[in-house]
Amino acid sequence: MDEFAVEMRDVVKIFPTPEGGEVAAVNHVTLQIKHGEFFSMLGPSGCGKTTSLRMMAGFEWPTEGEIYIDGTAMGRTPPYLRTVNTVFQSYALFQHMSVFQNVAFGLEMEHVPKKEIEHRVRDALEMVKLSGMGRRKPKQLSGGQQQRIALARALVKRPAVLLLDEPLGALDLKLRKEMQLELKALQKEVGITFVYVTHDQEEALTMSDRIAVMSQGKVLQIGTPVEIYERPNCRFVADFIGETNFLKGRVKKTDEDLLTVELLDFPREIKGVGQGNLAVGQEVSISIRPEKVRLEDDINDDTAPYKDSDNLLRGRVLTTAYVGSDTRIIIDIGHNISLIVWEQNHISTLDPQAYYTAEDKVVIHLPFENTLVLPEG
Amino acid sequence: MSEKKPALWLRIFSFLVYVYIYLPILILIVFSFNTQKLNIRWEGFTFKWYEVLFNDSNVMLATRNTLLIAFISTLVATVIGTMAALALQRYRFPGYALTESVLYIPVIIPEVVMGISLLAFFALIKFQLGLVTITLSHIAFNIPFVALVVRARLHGFDKSIEEASMDLGANELTTFWRVTLPTIMPGVLSGAMLAFTLSLDDYVITYFTAGPGATTLPLRVFSMV
Repeated sequence: MDEFAVEMRDVVKIFPTPEGGEVAAVNHVTLQIKHGEFFSMLGPSGCGKTTSLRMMAGFEWPTEGEIYIDGTAMGRTPPYLRTVNTVFQSYALFQHMSVFQNVAFGLEMEHVPKKEIEHRVRDALEMVKLSGMGRRKPKQLSGGQQQRIALARALVKRPAVLLLDEPLGALDLKLRKEMQLELKALQKEVGITFVYVTHDQEEALTMSDRIAVMSQGKVLQIGTPVEIYERPNCRFVADFIGETNFLKGRVKKTDEDLLTVELLDFPREIKGVGQGNLAVGQEVSISIRPEKVRLEDDINDDTAPYKDSDNLLRGRVLTTAYVGSDTRIIIDIGHNISLIVWEQNHISTLDPQAYYTAEDKVVIHLPFENTLVLPEG
Repeated sequence: MSEKKPALWLRIFSFLVYVYIYLPILILIVFSFNTQKLNIRWEGFTFKWYEVLFNDSNVMLATRNTLLIAFISTLVATVIGTMAALALQRYRFPGYALTESVLYIPVIIPEVVMGISLLAFFALIKFQLGLVTITLSHIAFNIPFVALVVRARLHGFDKSIEEASMDLGANELTTFWRVTLPTIMPGVLSGAMLAFTLSLDDYVITYFTAGPGATTLPLRVFSMV
């Protein structure tokens, strides 16, 4: 067994455009997916995630580079000779077959004996909690049930890698959340490598062992959900995963991990943790997550708790939205810039004084380690 | 959908339309049991005309020819028409738009034109007119009808079911037989039924391509009127 379940080495995929041009859907992508891993490819539509998945499945062939499955170069191997199976966004169930026949199809193709097929199909349907549905037609089942059949149909083949192309995209939010946890549990149970394509960052964070964030055909960052969220390596990743505030600036000084950045919109220096190699003079974005700042009343005297800090921004509350677990506050810091801050409501009270309201003068305190200095991109 | 009844006038109107369509045929059937040869006055009930019909060897031969031609032309036209529809669905190639529009021309052009041109064509290549030329002609005018109907069925065909099939281990051929064809079968069958009907009662094109020896039921009936 090779070290990696799937490997993309410098893969390029070029499609012709209807206008006669060319577009690189996947642009020099290199990544390694480990055995038994739940690996997500995350990005906006057109970022190349689905094309990458389709190349692993064998529906498309790379223009350049190579894809390895369990150490074997795939080249132009057709889908039916690959040890991977796919769960399609549209489910792609065979409407003219019963549920049983759908799940049995892949085993028939392998010429598995009839008795064993029956046995394995029954197990697979049980695994996705659809026992006893074998004789129905796919049309008679709900969207969530059809999704499970698609899953059973792929898993019954015991593939080395299961490829999932936005499999929950068509389900409503509640069912989606349920299925996310179920899929994750199922993956741990069967121990098969999952490659999961999604544009839903929350879904990727919930389920994945590791995530590759993609944009415009390139992989921007690969890491665990924590790494991706807490230490994004560029502005795009910070923006795409979760919510954040950006301030534009230029690097003024670098001492070890701590960078001093001069803001571009108004004269002010902010210190923060840099990601990647940032040089003095380089234009950067400062990313401040709304839940990672501290808000204080702006009281102008020596007892103010923030008087010794220097990463401060002063502002005026524009609006607030109470959403239960926290209150979302939009703060105008002047120069046509406003920041969003989430204050956790960790004290239960009806006292209106305990909550910020419009026009309150506030000080936003940015802890160094929560203030990320990121390259553009 | 609500299951309310249509308005009275709508029901009367629909009834009259059905009368208009089917009354002549009904009268014809009734009068086929008439003892009087002219269908003007009812004189008495008889099976005589049916006896005459089934003992007329020319009519029986024409019927056999008609069914044979309809069967063969339907079969061939369905295969070719379905292939054309699949190709137009699946591939984009230079001359696509032209291929697509040319395919449907036989549906639009007058039958006389098609009949004469086929006659001229067979004359040109010195092909003996007969049952074979009738069959070839029927195949020719049936292909576009089949292609049209199958294409309608292919509209909205989810290509991913073919990918799913290959993903599950079926090669291209198995995928066609086990997944693609069963999925488009309703379209293929209605195309075939349409082709069969068109072939059965075609007169004009058959007339031009029949030659002296071969005759079909429509030709025979016309010659007897």
